[in-house]
Amino acid sequence: MPNKMPSPPKTSFWARLFSHQIVIPIAALLILAIFNLISDPTFFRIVFKENSSGNKVLSGNLISIIDNGSELAILAIGMTLVTAASGGQDISVGAAIAIAGSAMLRILCGGSSSPTELQSPIILAFIVGVLVAMFFGAFNGVLVAFFKIQPMVATLILFTAGRSIASWINNGELPNVPGKEFTYFGSYIPGVPVPTPFLIAIACFIVIFLVMKFTNLRLYVQSVGINEKTARLNGLNPELIKLMSFVILGICVAVAALIKVSRISSINYSVIAKDIEMDAILAVALGGNALSGGKFSIGASVLGAYVIQFLTTTLYKLEVSAVALPAYKAVVVIILVVMSAPTVREKLSRLGKKLRSGKTGAESAKA
Amino acid sequence: MNGKKLFAIFTSTALCAAMLAACGNSDSSSGGTASNGGGSSDKIIKVGIINNDPNESGYRTANDKDLQATFTKENGYDARFSYSLKNDEQIAAAQKYIQDEVDYLLLSAADTAGWDSVLKEAQEAGVKVILFDRTIDADPSLYAASIVSDMAKEGQTAVDWLKGQNLDKYKVIHIQGVMGSAAQKGRSGALNDAAAADPSKWEIVSQQTAEWSSEKAQQIVQAAIDQNKEFNVIYAENDDMAKGAVAALDNANISHGVGKDVIVMGFDCNKWALKELLNKNWNYDGQCNPFQSSYIVDIIKKLEAGETITEKTIIMEEKGFDANTITEEDVNTYGIGEEEAK
Repeated sequence: MPNKMPSPPKTSFWARLFSHQIVIPIAALLILAIFNLISDPTFFRIVFKENSSGNKVLSGNLISIIDNGSELAILAIGMTLVTAASGGQDISVGAAIAIAGSAMLRILCGGSSSPTELQSPIILAFIVGVLVAMFFGAFNGVLVAFFKIQPMVATLILFTAGRSIASWINNGELPNVPGKEFTYFGSYIPGVPVPTPFLIAIACFIVIFLVMKFTNLRLYVQSVGINEKTARLNGLNPELIKLMSFVILGICVAVAALIKVSRISSINYSVIAKDIEMDAILAVALGGNALSGGKFSIGASVLGAYVIQFLTTTLYKLEVSAVALPAYKAVVVIILVVMSAPTVREKLSRLGKKLRSGKTGAESAKA
Repeated sequence: MNGKKLFAIFTSTALCAAMLAACGNSDSSSGGTASNGGGSSDKIIKVGIINNDPNESGYRTANDKDLQATFTKENGYDARFSYSLKNDEQIAAAQKYIQDEVDYLLLSAADTAGWDSVLKEAQEAGVKVILFDRTIDADPSLYAASIVSDMAKEGQTAVDWLKGQNLDKYKVIHIQGVMGSAAQKGRSGALNDAAAADPSKWEIVSQQTAEWSSEKAQQIVQAAIDQNKEFNVIYAENDDMAKGAVAALDNANISHGVGKDVIVMGFDCNKWALKELLNKNWNYDGQCNPFQSSYIVDIIKKLEAGETITEKTIIMEEKGFDANTITEEDVNTYGIGEEEAK
């Protein structure tokens, strides 16, 4: 569709507005914010008080959102790259989080289920977790890039088997990590009033921002996603770039896994990060990225992730009955996804142009 | 070329022959055990066990370990296990076991519906069916016995305990399991009834499903705290969710446990949860007994002796633990998980 018609001259304000990808998640955030402001202004109150370990920390609905949405936001970074490069999605990230988390706990607890002290330094456990997650990312990547299997089918393997692998790593035990240090990643570092998951997420954004700024990763990923053959003719190696996007997603998975297992100092293989893959894909879609690959905006995806968390927190606050909760979420999500679909955005921007330039403009657009 | 072709034909025929031979072998061997077993007192009893995925929860892991330890060769059983969380896969496994002519089919069904036809097949083939852990919607004539937890009773025991705390006001945050599951229905039912019976004293401040997940439970309690809601009881329908709720309380500096501001209640009796009780951080944990194998063995022995089972539904005994009365010994006897540590 975009190729067939000449791109509209970007003169009108609305046309320019709707051509920006990031507008949709921002608009969604605003709508949710206004809705909450009207229904209950205290929603936005943030207080500064002590938690039970004696730290002064911020708390409030907004803090809960940036806290709980951070794992999803981190995953959204990797998922955007995978989507852009391969034109498909990785549905195994939830299972991969279980694997990486399980590997970290195995290192931390040394195979026993309730040790009295940490068996290894946390950094070592994290590095092992990252390596394990990168390995499984590379496994998916090889299937997609070299064997040309549809990403959703290729990652279905790990989606099915991942949680059993995670359980096998710890012999089916559910280890509990002793000590306070490990809980810092999922709650608060003493003396820092902002939840650590959000700080970790910001660190990830900065890293990926710098990578995008100082390397050609964005250009390479986009060109492979738009047209693999042309990219190859221009001297790129599409297989390698696809593989790389999956490995980067693997790193994101490991970071998210660290936060997830730190939140409860333990793991439950079947429910940890359950259905998070769907939310991560949704975040990419809400960010207005084409799920068929090509151009992408990581910032928009990340905002999309926080929109999803905003929605969840709002629904909890409204006390929607538990049985109806998924239905409410689905309705809002459908509206948001339709709004952010590239074709709809194009229609909207043309509509905006029509409104600006009046009848003559409308007729010329028809012709 | 010709040589290659010949070689290919030769190898493929060899493979086919090997396969046929293998099939023949297994047939004759299984036939052999059946005929050997008939009549003699120390016969090997063939059981097919269909369970849910042991990774589902600590409860299921303990349940599977208990079964694995009981139905061994040494104890005189030829047991086969299959695991699935999906009804259709479980039904397929049941059909396979019936074809393999097992003596007993032990079943913990993923779903309550859809079992009639396969259980009729079992009946016609002379396979006796024993349900454990979960009931199904089928005519009782189709199975020999059903060994279950009474989830409604578990909920009632917990709510009775809560009533015994004699609070002036009960302001409860109710964190539910996966909606529609037997455990959720039973455990929610008792609390809802209590709240409906005495609305002047009982108030359910927030009622949400966390789908057995601690992270979601944490978010739900966090949301209640962010809205400045007053509450003094956390009623979580499993231990994981109680743990998540406690994490949210800790972040907000709300004290919990014996003699503190908020009463914390969980279910399932994981060992780590009972330790929380022992440390007086939680107040109550309701048992959901995963050790059905001794009950199953009783039934099998009775059936083998030719007795008829009069009471088909057997409800297991289940306890509720109070942080004030729990002992180290209770933790070790009734706590599930962490077998290796001991």
